[in-house]
Amino acid sequence: MAEVATPAVQEKEPLFGKKERKLLVDPLNDNNPITVQVLGICSALAVTSMVKPAFIMALSATFVIALSNLTISFMRKGMPKQVRMIIQLMVIAFLVTIVELVLKAASYPIWKQLSVYIGLIITNCIVMGRLEAFAMANKPWRSFLDGIGNGAGYGILLLMVATVREIFGKGSFAGFKIIGSSSEYLIDTTTNSWFSWYMPNNIMVLPAAALFVISVIIWVQRSRNTKLIDVS
Amino acid sequence: MGSYLDIFLKSIFMENMVLSYFLGMCSFLAVSKSVKTAVGLGAAVIFVLTLTVPINWFINEKLLGPNGVFGMDLTFLRFILFIATIAATVQLVEMVVEKFSPALYNALGIFLPLITVNCAILGGALFMVSREYNAPEAAVFGFGSGFGFFLAIVLMAAIREKIRYSNVPGPMRGLGIAFLITGLMGMAFMGLMGISPITYFQ
Repeated sequence: MAEVATPAVQEKEPLFGKKERKLLVDPLNDNNPITVQVLGICSALAVTSMVKPAFIMALSATFVIALSNLTISFMRKGMPKQVRMIIQLMVIAFLVTIVELVLKAASYPIWKQLSVYIGLIITNCIVMGRLEAFAMANKPWRSFLDGIGNGAGYGILLLMVATVREIFGKGSFAGFKIIGSSSEYLIDTTTNSWFSWYMPNNIMVLPAAALFVISVIIWVQRSRNTKLIDVS
Repeated sequence: MGSYLDIFLKSIFMENMVLSYFLGMCSFLAVSKSVKTAVGLGAAVIFVLTLTVPINWFINEKLLGPNGVFGMDLTFLRFILFIATIAATVQLVEMVVEKFSPALYNALGIFLPLITVNCAILGGALFMVSREYNAPEAAVFGFGSGFGFFLAIVLMAAIREKIRYSNVPGPMRGLGIAFLITGLMGMAFMGLMGISPITYFQ
């Protein structure tokens, strides 16, 4: 009598094991989307002149990366290779539209200030980069975690650059005025004789300054973690 | 004739996509390790920009504009249609490159499909709309900005090939020094802003 082939009992993978943890934590430092994978530089230059837009950009980008990773990962098997880019971009554009409408409904003044940047998420290479590199070859739950991790890594770097640029370029932090030449500021350089030498550094407002700040961050990161150093 | 030459020179030097507007940075920094791959990516970007800017001009003017086929203002669809055109063109380029030059296909890796989300391509289409070019001007502008990207990335790759022999501090090797050089080049290119070549042709 022929043996009835018993279906192999699939080894149950833990919902949140070591690999999943790695997916979340790695992009924060060792596999940072900006400093290691070189994705999403354009938006990092455009939104980091102040902390507030950088923060909102980071939040909405995380949302879009995570959910598009999830969606594409569900669809990955039925997708013909020849039209995959159009499908991916339609998913991204759909999610970005949702973010924009939610932001518009939740807080109109912030939307007015940021709608241009939110539209920029469509052309943010992190989103499509993670889709191509991860979600096309992995299961939905892991893709979702990968999206969250990469969004967080992107957000942390954005906030670091924005903090440096806003403090040195405008003398303020997230709109809170710290040092400047009028009585609105915490330290008023016209009356305070200790800080009368202070001048805001206008180079920090230019997009080129973001490149300098990121290169310093890369320097610090790679001297702490020598594995990342380019040997070629 | 003069105005076309003006747009061409401006889109290459004074309003360079990469070094003046800082668009298309990701692939610019990631693929500029060797001149050979940089030439490949630059050529692909020239092709995509030359094709998509005029196509998007027709879409914007003949489909979406108030004088178009539908006779109403559909410009809120601009983003989606522009991106769809670009994605289709890049998909075509990817299939051609994969077929005829597998070596280049492997060297470009993920950055070939990422031309779709290269901000320089969508930026080109949006600049074309906001500057109100006509059809031949849009074609010249598309080719010019593609050529500007090509020149910038080849220049950067050449510098990075040379800098490999200099004594850069370990952690700054590769990406770090590339960021720094790009920033400096960008500040140098700010000096060209505002020059208008057309005054020299008259």
